Amino acid sequence: MSILVNKNTRVICQGITGSGGGAFHTRGCLDYGTLMVGGTSPGKGGSKDANGLPVFDTVDQAVRATGAQATMIFVPPPFAADAICEAAAAGIKLIVAVTEGIPVLDMVKTKKFLADFGDSVKLVGPNCPGVITPGECKIGIMPGYIHTPAQKGKRAVGIVSRSGTLTYEAVWQTTQMGWSQSTCVGIGGDPVKGMDFIDVLALFIGGDPVKGMDFIDVLALFQADPLTDAIVMIGEIGGAAEEAAATYIQKHVTKPVVGFIAGRTAPPGKRMGHAGAIISGGEGTAESKITAMRAAGIRVADSPADIGKTLREATGG
Amino acid sequence: MKIHEYQARELLAKAGIPVPAARVVETADQAAAAFEENGFSLQVVKAQVFAGGRGKAGFVKLVKSGAEARAAADFMLTHRMISVQTGPEGIVVKKLLLAAAVDIAHEYYLGMVLDRDRSTVSMIASAQGGVEIETVAHEHPEAIIKEPLHPALGMQSFQARKTALGLGFTGKQAQVVADLLLKLARFFINYDCSIAEINPLVLTKDGKILAIDAKVNFDDNALFRHPDILALKDDSETDALEIRAAAANLNYIKLDGEIACLVNGAGLAMATMDVIQLHGGQPANFLDVGGGVKAEGAIEAFRIILSDKKVRGILVNIFGGIARCDLIAEALIQAGREVGFKVPVVVRLEGTNVEKARTMLGAARHELPTLQVADDLNDAAKKIVAATR
Repeated sequence: MSILVNKNTRVICQGITGSGGGAFHTRGCLDYGTLMVGGTSPGKGGSKDANGLPVFDTVDQAVRATGAQATMIFVPPPFAADAICEAAAAGIKLIVAVTEGIPVLDMVKTKKFLADFGDSVKLVGPNCPGVITPGECKIGIMPGYIHTPAQKGKRAVGIVSRSGTLTYEAVWQTTQMGWSQSTCVGIGGDPVKGMDFIDVLALFIGGDPVKGMDFIDVLALFQADPLTDAIVMIGEIGGAAEEAAATYIQKHVTKPVVGFIAGRTAPPGKRMGHAGAIISGGEGTAESKITAMRAAGIRVADSPADIGKTLREATGG
Repeated sequence: MKIHEYQARELLAKAGIPVPAARVVETADQAAAAFEENGFSLQVVKAQVFAGGRGKAGFVKLVKSGAEARAAADFMLTHRMISVQTGPEGIVVKKLLLAAAVDIAHEYYLGMVLDRDRSTVSMIASAQGGVEIETVAHEHPEAIIKEPLHPALGMQSFQARKTALGLGFTGKQAQVVADLLLKLARFFINYDCSIAEINPLVLTKDGKILAIDAKVNFDDNALFRHPDILALKDDSETDALEIRAAAANLNYIKLDGEIACLVNGAGLAMATMDVIQLHGGQPANFLDVGGGVKAEGAIEAFRIILSDKKVRGILVNIFGGIARCDLIAEALIQAGREVGFKVPVVVRLEGTNVEKARTMLGAARHELPTLQVADDLNDAAKKIVAATR
């Protein structure tokens, strides 16, 4: 078991022929074993991409021809919000938006658009590395080899994070200490996004201020997943998603949760790379998040190098 | 992106929001002339800078004559403004705003902000204006009115009326304020703002409603569709190294410490700063070279961090995903040849092509005498802190 994706997930890439890296990362996903079944690029329908996959003009055509259930979006920022809406309208169930730099008001409207589809459509991102169920399906830009597929004798951790490379750090540490990963979800660096920590924790999350799933969305999925033994949640300065996730964990998550928050040394008022990583009006500080998480019984690593060690302490394994 | 107060008031005035008469000047003579042209008996001279703390620094001044306006302007244009936000060296002031001072009966706060919890824009208003809204929210949460805007429809008239009445306005004045709120909300959406704040909005003793000071910031990601806003950009207060980094597509923020870092990924870059501090050092910068970095960009990154004279050591932390470790190693070697590393450099590499990178660094050992290789991030931070002691 895993959350969101598995070996049977049929995936397309929106923006497969563009300059955003669609074909390159589609290659990476194919090499990993992901069931990539095609892509879209308006005006190029009927052709093949660099990997020999069929290219369609619309997502609707791609879904009808390939049975795609998930999409990986590399469409440039001015058109990416439209691409998300198009995927939802065409019946795609899981939308992974890798694109960085989507205007936040575009995401505000997009999130409202997605609300009409209820739970049947999940958005991860934007501005995120993607989702991976090791050994089965990789949708996104993460290096595959650092992960360990779930297997007998190895405990499995679910990882949910607002940051890409920091997720790799946690994956690598848990791999080196002999654990596997059930699923890893980058919810993204934007302020308005799809799934949140809680969606994933109950699943897994990206870095933008307005995004798809948030922590809570993901937490709920992980809690429900029989394969996942423990959860790593990686947050950063800005917003209050980690505080909300801490409250949720205290009430609803019985599995061990360990955490890390990036940005203790970040100066207020400066945007630290991610659109959502900014301390404003004294809110969104690392201290506030760490305090809330510790109060909820979550073990928070002081150093990003100690995420694995902290997981071992929390689980006795 | 930030704009100056004088630019914000021009944009708001164009959007139909009433602001007091004012002129922008750049010399003391112009200030004296502007005082006469404005024609009010009491006016205020305000330095046009991004940094806060103007009032306390003496860069906001009430003046009663052309001569006083000239003197105030002369002081502001010939002295560096030093406040808590500028650092001890202060900043040069080039533009001043000369505006009519008004007889204030009451001060209010109006703002539109991105509401991350609700994934929409929210309007915030308070009858306790003229002070920091965060302070009001903290000490008197009951004095804050908050109305989330519909993500697609924006602010509705009923929300504007309700808020105006909630602020204590009645009759005709309530209509004026409600109309102003709708205009501010439309302005926020039309220009992809990240914040649009009027503080204070004042009710004058003769019953007029005026926006006295405004702060407007824009979503950097949406500037591609607002060339008119992009044209207002003023980089004169931005650190020169940050401008240079932006031109090279590097995400760099200068800080006060002595240990520079070069990292791929924003989250890992922040975490690297944190781990330097955890082991007793102070980070000199935030630097995310990004996933798609090429050799030339990485070399420029080394040039930039080495231009900061405070830097006494460099920590390179790469978790190669899309970014390849061998490319960073190549850049490190080339930068060493070009500028020479006089300070200690600690490198921690993991991920894509790490073995190749280690071999390259091993072969270039003699060219990089100050280089140390670390096993993991804790080890790297300990080594660089020890080496810079």
